[in-house]
Amino acid sequence: MTEFDSDEGQGVTRRDFLKIGAGAAAGIMLPSLWAPAALAAEKHQALGTYPAGVGRHSVFVGITVPLTGSYSASGKDLRRGYELAIEQINAGHDIARRWGMHGKGVLGKQIEYDVADSQTKPNPAVQAQTKFINQKKALMITGSVSSATAIALEKLAQREHVLNMVGASGSNDTTGKDCQRYGFRSQPPAYMVAQGLAPVLAKEMGKQVKAAYLVPDYTYGHSVFDSVSKATEALGWKTVSKQLVPLGTTDFSSALINIANSGADVFVNVAFGNDAVASSKQAQQFGILKKMKLVVPNISPFQYKEAGSDIMEGAYGTMDFWWGLEDRYPLAKDFVQAFEAKHNYKPRWTANIGYMQTYIWALAVQRAGTFYPVSVIKELESGHKVDSTLGEVWYSDYDHQLVRPVPVVRGKSSAQMKGKEDYYEVVGVVSGEKAMVPKGTFGCELGPYT
Amino acid sequence: MPSLSTLLSQGFNGLILGALLALVSSGLTIILGTLGVLNFAHGALFMLGAYTAYVVLGHTGSYVLAVLAGCAFLAVVGLVLERGLIQYYYDRNEEDQILVTYGLGIMIVEAVRFFFGGNSQQVSVPGWGEGIVSIGSLIYPLYRVQAVVIIAVTLLALYLLLYRTRIGLVVRAGIEDTVMVSMLGINARRTFLLVFALGAAAAGFAGVVYAPIISVNPDMGGSFLVDSFVVIVIGGLGSFPGAVVGGLAAGEIISLTSAFNAAYSDVMLFVVMAAVLVLRPQGLFGVEGRQ
Repeated sequence: MTEFDSDEGQGVTRRDFLKIGAGAAAGIMLPSLWAPAALAAEKHQALGTYPAGVGRHSVFVGITVPLTGSYSASGKDLRRGYELAIEQINAGHDIARRWGMHGKGVLGKQIEYDVADSQTKPNPAVQAQTKFINQKKALMITGSVSSATAIALEKLAQREHVLNMVGASGSNDTTGKDCQRYGFRSQPPAYMVAQGLAPVLAKEMGKQVKAAYLVPDYTYGHSVFDSVSKATEALGWKTVSKQLVPLGTTDFSSALINIANSGADVFVNVAFGNDAVASSKQAQQFGILKKMKLVVPNISPFQYKEAGSDIMEGAYGTMDFWWGLEDRYPLAKDFVQAFEAKHNYKPRWTANIGYMQTYIWALAVQRAGTFYPVSVIKELESGHKVDSTLGEVWYSDYDHQLVRPVPVVRGKSSAQMKGKEDYYEVVGVVSGEKAMVPKGTFGCELGPYT
Repeated sequence: MPSLSTLLSQGFNGLILGALLALVSSGLTIILGTLGVLNFAHGALFMLGAYTAYVVLGHTGSYVLAVLAGCAFLAVVGLVLERGLIQYYYDRNEEDQILVTYGLGIMIVEAVRFFFGGNSQQVSVPGWGEGIVSIGSLIYPLYRVQAVVIIAVTLLALYLLLYRTRIGLVVRAGIEDTVMVSMLGINARRTFLLVFALGAAAAGFAGVVYAPIISVNPDMGGSFLVDSFVVIVIGGLGSFPGAVVGGLAAGEIISLTSAFNAAYSDVMLFVVMAAVLVLRPQGLFGVEGRQ
């Protein structure tokens, strides 16, 4: 069967094989005579980098991650996720088999890739991917650690008819008003985060709760504030303070004084990355964390390690993935072990995004039996469930958001930790169906296929 | 309308924020005033100071040692940069100066990222600075209050150096008229070297003092660079007292605006800067027509 798979473009695809099988079963004709006719019927028109990008032995994937700039640490983690998945798929590793891959590579082709530095900015990412598309005929592009970059790459993908498996991006817009036919995003958007987080918060902290928010002043921050405040208010919480701060603020004292004086019980810190660490540290210095419980809707990949247990102990939040989920999902265990063996630390959620998205794409190509982008997109939209590092997941057909569980975690105290990186306890996992963005909520209009 | 206690809290915070900004800006303004070079690498030098604090405090736990190391290391960095690069740009146009220092800043930031990684590093508040002071209803971190005392002493020392010593006299004369100073037989080049090192050391010092308050990461200098420019534009380009007053003004603007709406604090800062540029283009303490 694998031999047939490997002959895409010049031989017989898996779909052909199934047809042939059916034909043979019906006793109409000999399979060997059938094959050329079936092939002719399956030929796709040239579209984007197809079929130019389908080489004899390999296909190319373009990766852009921030290796410099403020999200570089997460960018490196993300890159390692892609590389691990590609390595396993190319080698036909046991783990790749457990995901459901056949043989070595995708449809028998080895995945070649190159990694470019996006500098945590949209423009360099778009330039690098444009080069990958034009010169290397990339059949899939991926990688981003900010929604601004993610959205820019989605637009590029749509224009060039090249599939984009979005990297890290938490804004509602990515699969909302800026969604694209060619873009697929796995990370839970702010809406799903809020749906997952709110019930757990209400259960743990009660319903008569006053909350103060520190909000970075850009799409992501607004998106998270809107979704989380709405979801918690529906459960009885009150929003008593909202402090907007510019991205990249280093001294949060004036905003924090307002929060300290707000009389809130809970401090919801929406800031991300280095801003999250700096603002939490200063909140502690201002005595805020003594009076209020800390909630971080989207915990940054390395936040606990950077901020320390004084700050993160008892903090609630969500993450795309936490390695503690290995107890629930066998493929997560495989992933965490393989990653740690290679890099000597536990993978963060950015690595999971790279790893999972690569597999989901490869499996969709394998099911489609071709790299033709329209067929792959339709396969991703089919609702076919994939067993992953987060259990069963699938893409929604109306906004290309992955329907996936949302893990809610709580920071452990130093005494509770059993190992070096045992930072969080998974206190709840809200199912994807429950948390999913209902159709039409954020005005997604997927573009045309061709 | 914010309560009186919020306004008072923010007023107090503005003072402290302002002192910190004054310190960061002072190094920038000394270099600009004397050498005429707008040092876009100033934020990166500030960041280097914070990393020195991270390394020295991590290994020795001594705050005094960290301050000394921060100043000394940055002074050396300043010397090397001035001799190796900046001195060739004194006679070139401003665009070239800006480009070379801007590029230098990027290189320093990425070099630090290469060695330390992009994550935030932890620098703890020294033991004597831990805790909180309560002033009425206001709760304030003790270290921030102490930092203001440290900064006030430092700024005073800098003031005495610039206004009460012979070196300071030469530096100030250099600000007024470099050619004349040279003609008087004073080695202006050596003075320039000294001034650049002093400016860099001031940035390093600010980085050390600020390190326990903020998160230490390679990109931390960026926003301070911008704020420092605003401060010295308000205070008067190249004026040392201007940097101090401009810093305090900027601190109050940011804090008091935040009492109403934190989102507008930066906007207000630029509004005030624009107003100063329209009404008094040389800044509060600037001298008209000086180059």
